[in-house]
Amino acid sequence: MSWLIDSSIGRKFVQSISGLFMVLFLLFHMSMNLVLIFSYDAYNFLANEVLGANWWAIIGTGVIALGFVIHIIYAIILTLQNRKARGKDRYASPSKTATTWSSQNMFVLGVFILLFLILHLYQMWYNMQFKELFMIEGARHDGAQLVEEVFSHLWVVIVYVIAFIALWFHLTHGFWSALHTIGWNNTIWIKRIKVLSNIVATVICLGFMVVAIAVHLGYSNLLG
Amino acid sequence: MDKDINIKVKVWRQNGPKDKGHFETYSLEKISQGSSFLEMLDILNEQLINEGKEPVVFDHDCREGICGMCSLYINGHPHGPDTGITTCQLHMRHFNDGDTITVEPWRSAGFPIIKDLMVDRSAFDKIIQAGGYISVNTGGVPDANAIPIPREDAEMAMDAAACIGCGACVAACKNGSAMLFVSAKVSQFALLPQGRVEAARRAKSMVAKMDELGFGNCTNTGACEVECPKNISITNIARLNREFLKAKLRD
Amino acid sequence: MNKLDAKIPKGPLAEKWSNYKNHQKLVNPANKRRLDIIVVGTGLAGASAAASLGEMGFKVHNFCIQDSPRRAHSIAAQGGINAAKNYPNDGDSVYRLFYDTIKGGDYRAREANVYRLAEVSNSIIDQCVAQGVPFAREYGGLLDNRSFGGAQVSRTFYARGQTGQQLLLGAYSALSRAIQKKQVQLYTRYEMVELVIIEGRARGIIARNLVTGKLERFAAHAVVIATGGYGNTFFLSTNAMSSNGSAAWQCYKKGAYFANPCMAQIHPTCIPVHGEYQSKLTLMSESLRNDGRIWVPKKLEDAKAIREGKLKPTDIKEEDRDYYLERRYPAFGNLVPRDVASRAAKERCDAGYGVGNTGLAVYLDFAEAIERLGRDVVEARYGNLFQMYEKIVDDNPYETPMMIYPAIHYTMGGIWVDYELMTTIPGLFAIGEANFSDHGANRLGASALMQGLADGYFVLPYTIQNYLADQINVPRFQTDAPEFAQAEKEINDRIERLMNIKGKHSVDHIHRELGHIMWDFVGMGRDAEGLKKAIEKLKELKKDFWTNLRIPGNKETLNVELEKALRLADFIEIGELMAHDALDREESCGGHFRLEHQTPEGEALRHDDQYAYVSCWEYQGEDKDPVMHKEPLEYEFVERQQRNYKS
Repeated sequence: MSWLIDSSIGRKFVQSISGLFMVLFLLFHMSMNLVLIFSYDAYNFLANEVLGANWWAIIGTGVIALGFVIHIIYAIILTLQNRKARGKDRYASPSKTATTWSSQNMFVLGVFILLFLILHLYQMWYNMQFKELFMIEGARHDGAQLVEEVFSHLWVVIVYVIAFIALWFHLTHGFWSALHTIGWNNTIWIKRIKVLSNIVATVICLGFMVVAIAVHLGYSNLLG
Repeated sequence: MDKDINIKVKVWRQNGPKDKGHFETYSLEKISQGSSFLEMLDILNEQLINEGKEPVVFDHDCREGICGMCSLYINGHPHGPDTGITTCQLHMRHFNDGDTITVEPWRSAGFPIIKDLMVDRSAFDKIIQAGGYISVNTGGVPDANAIPIPREDAEMAMDAAACIGCGACVAACKNGSAMLFVSAKVSQFALLPQGRVEAARRAKSMVAKMDELGFGNCTNTGACEVECPKNISITNIARLNREFLKAKLRD
Repeated sequence: MNKLDAKIPKGPLAEKWSNYKNHQKLVNPANKRRLDIIVVGTGLAGASAAASLGEMGFKVHNFCIQDSPRRAHSIAAQGGINAAKNYPNDGDSVYRLFYDTIKGGDYRAREANVYRLAEVSNSIIDQCVAQGVPFAREYGGLLDNRSFGGAQVSRTFYARGQTGQQLLLGAYSALSRAIQKKQVQLYTRYEMVELVIIEGRARGIIARNLVTGKLERFAAHAVVIATGGYGNTFFLSTNAMSSNGSAAWQCYKKGAYFANPCMAQIHPTCIPVHGEYQSKLTLMSESLRNDGRIWVPKKLEDAKAIREGKLKPTDIKEEDRDYYLERRYPAFGNLVPRDVASRAAKERCDAGYGVGNTGLAVYLDFAEAIERLGRDVVEARYGNLFQMYEKIVDDNPYETPMMIYPAIHYTMGGIWVDYELMTTIPGLFAIGEANFSDHGANRLGASALMQGLADGYFVLPYTIQNYLADQINVPRFQTDAPEFAQAEKEINDRIERLMNIKGKHSVDHIHRELGHIMWDFVGMGRDAEGLKKAIEKLKELKKDFWTNLRIPGNKETLNVELEKALRLADFIEIGELMAHDALDREESCGGHFRLEHQTPEGEALRHDDQYAYVSCWEYQGEDKDPVMHKEPLEYEFVERQQRNYKS
């Protein structure tokens, strides 16, 4: 299995699979967030009983964390290697090749998303799951209320929305690129996959954004 | 109609692989827009020789867009601002009176500079030598019509085989990746029944050689496809990925 | 005279090659490993020969002047490759291909060589398909054929308009495999600058490393020249910028005979010259003549108005157009051989009917084809050529007719070789365009690729063994032999001399001058007076070159001007020899047209009673006139006829 480290396509394969895995996680996360709009109780039930500190949730969290870490480490390795492959001397004239902005800036977008992730984990996950797991005082079982508190600050909502936009750019390239890298592409599918990529990115980011804004504006817990 | 223009060319001069290199700007007058870009450089060189200076070194040969020898990064584009052509097919009608044209060599760790605008692309030959062929000796092959090949497959193979090995894909890529070049050759053979026999071996050894020679990891930006003078599609890269992953997973 | 023994095997035409192979000497595998072969050039002939010889077990050293073997100018061939497969069931056969080639060559080629070429043509197609060359196919999955000039059957295999590219990449891939297996050692950016002869046999070369500028010595048991033709003598030609005649010329100066130098082919369908700084001419594939119709205006005043830009070609009414090829040659129409089509274009332009701003162009019109076949079909067939034309000329050929004019394209002449492809120097072989053997006075379309690959894959690898079988006891050579030192000194002195001229003209300046002389006096229509004038002018030009040339930089470094100067020095001398040969050949045949020798209708007039021979020129030394020997061409199997493409 050393080809997953030694070969360029192997490394890209790992990056793709970890990325796709994260897309699945984001879809799940976003769906769960949508529950907040309808019912805080339902959300808390899901957060505490279905996930909470159960063994499957712990394993799940570990797998997700591993996915993130692999994705980040590989991103760093790939970026460093690519900078080296580019050579020491750079072009004096700026490139005029027509490519998408996001495809050229995946690493920058990724770093930005990572910074946001740290903030997000501190604000939410640290208080909900982490404290409980490590028996730290103040673990919250009313996740929905925590979310409401956090999103009551306008600056938080703004930061989150900006991060979701960055995520959108990252996903529009990342999703089809991942499928391309695992070899699912041809002259017909390349167009379809690019459209699909935009749809997936938009659904995920719009879902997150809607919840953040709705909670901030008080359009949440509509069904009590 | 084509008219005569006055231009400035800002050209990269570098005396050898170890030299630091610098830009020099030259003025050229009354260049016909009907002349080709390389003919413009010929005129510049003639001018330099007449002044007793050393002419600018650049690779070129067939001057009809097929040998793949010419290169040049012109105003932010490999092979210049026109699409679907090589530098030798670029004509001065794409430039205006008073323009300053920046001319640089391909820049990539895989293509070290030899002199001025001339780079060493022998890495491409080494990748082909690693497996870019069907292993048949001369003679003793079946009749040409022994294996019917669907026309569509033959056409797709031909699309991929149109690669001229100029290196514009690497030059355009922010990752210095040679995936478009490698995938074109792998695809050509993967699409033909003759080439299927050793498809797995070919994909593995060519990718291994490409990595060994220091080309970057493809991130599917698609810059290569945009700048390719022969419009090689990046779907070939997906095919290479597929061939490579299939081969590795089967091992 | 025994130097000129063509060594044609006995027996009926169809059995000669088999007989030869059955009785030739072979080298056993253990001995092959001990024999070195130098192959200079990596075009179709060079790459296929190097790969095949390497696979057989010889130790091959292969040289090319570009940065990669894949750049050789064979890559630019567009139209296709002939073979006698008879897949379309239109009555083709080996004999017919042989006959068409002999006739197309105006009966100035050797029967046995041409028959062998036709015979191995089918194997070439098999070989290329096995290598993965993506030839065009029918929907049923089988190979497609198209028709080509000079033939009445469809026998041309093609890969879009890039057949040469695909065939060369096939040979290049075979070569790459042999390099990987260490059967071939490749040297890129190396140029052969001197042939080394030891005890009368070719034993090595001196090559200049173009990157370092250093001269290096290479020894071998045999040397194969596959360096293409000398069309760039004309400065403007369809050849690549680095195509040159120098390797062949070095062989000539070391005693190899040079055959039929005057026979240069002018290709009828090139993009016309646009200006003074033009560096080369671009060919439009001859296949365009399958569907395009060639015409000029019928009325002088229309032609004049077009030249002045007052009329557009589409303004000329159908009845005012002169489809002169269809008019003069009803049977073959627009598909007459290249020499005939070229001369007809020149005749119309000389008579004042030419178009374009220079008056040196004729129309190639697709309006009728687009109407008959639809734009899609025309685009599928010629799309890339149309695109190429539009990029260069900035005119859309779907809407307005293309403009074309003849240009120097191929040289049928070259180093004299016998049936075994060996020159008059033992151990020195010449293959592909570099030799003279198969095309006579004119080459048919889609035959150059066939000949290059025939020589490289299927002929030389056999015949060279007949020579090498006697060399198995000769140990590997050391390059410190005095002959190597002498050869290196000669070329070094020559380079010194060039560097020290320190005159005022660039190489291109003088080369352009050479081109004018050649095109004006040794071009499409030649006469004794013009040729004598050319010889005088070339003498002056040579003097000018050796007194007024300027090469910047120094010799032991990458120096493109020096490379070009070395080649130009040879081109000037090649030009002189071409003029001598053209002057001697008091007849018109194929690519060689003497104005004094034409039929009342202006067709080429051969004199078989006096000129049915190959002119073989022997070098006599600096500033001495060369001596000509004759290899008589005896036709046993074909009756010579005046070529007739009218009915």
